Amino acid sequence: MINAYDILETIRMIQDECLDIRTITMGISLLDCIGPDTERACEKVYDKITRCAGKLVRTGEEIEKEYGIPIINKRISVTPISMISASSDGDPVRFAKTMDRAAKECGVNLIGGYSALVQKGFSAGDKAFIDSIPEALASTERVCSSVNIGSTKTGINMDAVKIMGRIVREAAEKTVDDRCFGAAKLVVFCNAVDDNPFMAGAFHGVGEPDCIINVGVSGPGVVRSALTKYPDADINLLADIIKKTAYKITRVGQLVGVRASEKLGVPFGIVDLSLAPTPAVGDSVAYILEEMGLEKCGCAGTTACLAMLNDAVKKGGVMACSRIGGLSGAFIPVSEDAGMIEAARSGSLLIEKLEAMTAVCSVGLDMIVIPGDTPAEVISGIIADEAAIGMVNSKTTAVRVIPAIGHEVGDELDWGGLFGKGPVMSVNPYSPKKFINRGGQIPAPLHSLKN
Amino acid sequence: MRAVITVIGRDAVGILAKVSGICAEAHANVTEVTQSVLQDMFAMIMLVDISSLTVDFSELQDRLTGLGNSLGLQIHTMHEDIFNTMHSI
Repeated sequence: MINAYDILETIRMIQDECLDIRTITMGISLLDCIGPDTERACEKVYDKITRCAGKLVRTGEEIEKEYGIPIINKRISVTPISMISASSDGDPVRFAKTMDRAAKECGVNLIGGYSALVQKGFSAGDKAFIDSIPEALASTERVCSSVNIGSTKTGINMDAVKIMGRIVREAAEKTVDDRCFGAAKLVVFCNAVDDNPFMAGAFHGVGEPDCIINVGVSGPGVVRSALTKYPDADINLLADIIKKTAYKITRVGQLVGVRASEKLGVPFGIVDLSLAPTPAVGDSVAYILEEMGLEKCGCAGTTACLAMLNDAVKKGGVMACSRIGGLSGAFIPVSEDAGMIEAARSGSLLIEKLEAMTAVCSVGLDMIVIPGDTPAEVISGIIADEAAIGMVNSKTTAVRVIPAIGHEVGDELDWGGLFGKGPVMSVNPYSPKKFINRGGQIPAPLHSLKN
Repeated sequence: MRAVITVIGRDAVGILAKVSGICAEAHANVTEVTQSVLQDMFAMIMLVDISSLTVDFSELQDRLTGLGNSLGLQIHTMHEDIFNTMHSI
């Protein structure tokens, strides 16, 4: 018989420690929907998405019930729309509206892929597409957008960095009545990955199969709870405990992914070995770091604790699943993590520290609310810094900041649900304007003489 | 194919009988049971064979959850694969 202790442990993890599958994301290629007539192309996009993902939500719910494990989100990612809209006449926003309609028809809460890849330059239509992002986010409910502006192999496209500072602001301005939510659905990447199941940055890469299932796991609450049992253990033991826990969490992701793939008749892609927090109490990455011995997340020692956590999660997860991908690592979205929110409110966690933390974990400056009067070039500067960390360290980094239009430091934006709430955090007031206005390309870094 | 039924809650007369009654109705063959009562808390783990069920597995789950709600007990019915995958290499 299965060990009774193991059975009760699994049930406790699910019931009390918020163990869940964060997302099953279906990646769908839209390359076969390209055409000169926007209306016809949109029809094909709608048909393809609803045909492939029509049963996604129901299948997810069936698996949830079968194994008794909550699957929080069922989502869709599609081929970057800039590639689809480039050959069509007319307004790219129509594709966003089509995606939104298809997402609603399928019953998914978010759909990603209103995206452009401009790390080395703009192809035809890319600039017009990027300019359409704020309108696309304001006029749809479930569409998420991302733009890749740099990579380790190409360097950083500083013209795109400049544009994206303005676009992030516009996305917030256009949705000011909705607590600037547009900016929360927009991610600026360096080294974006093709198989990311997590929103808002998910898109379906061009090298991917026609349709695929990717899974993102979660479980900060389980890791923290495992660590509380060893208050005086040394770091080696903590790393071992995290590895074992991550193994168990990831196994469930693998099981759910394989089952979803069987039931939907779609190949199984990857498991994203992630620790993704939610605003629910007890589901926080910051609390894990505090459990390791920090008085408050953000204090000295935070980067070291996070580096160890991130590495142990990957080591534990690697053996638990057949294929790994996505963003794999611990996430630190401020507004989506009860402990991060608390640390930011108390003044312990600052943007500068978060930036350092992103050098050792997945993914970047995520869900950070900044003052509404932050100029576009400062946002561009933040993007450039973050992209530089990703470029030099050969890792994915991203920026998802939300300029809280009409608010200043001390105020708070509250979106509710999984997006949570965040205090407005202060930003260095000095300007990088001249640097940002130079434009051009930061050359790709050297891959030897590492120091 | 097997499922694991766990029952946790305040002890009362006939819990085991009622749970196994529902299993029998659905043609779920009980293969193993471990049960203990600590003070007045009842805890049972039951392994049932679900390969020849006469109803859908989800229907069996609903019936057991319904029984749990009516008796004030927590009853979880889960496919055994989740335990096997999580706890073995």
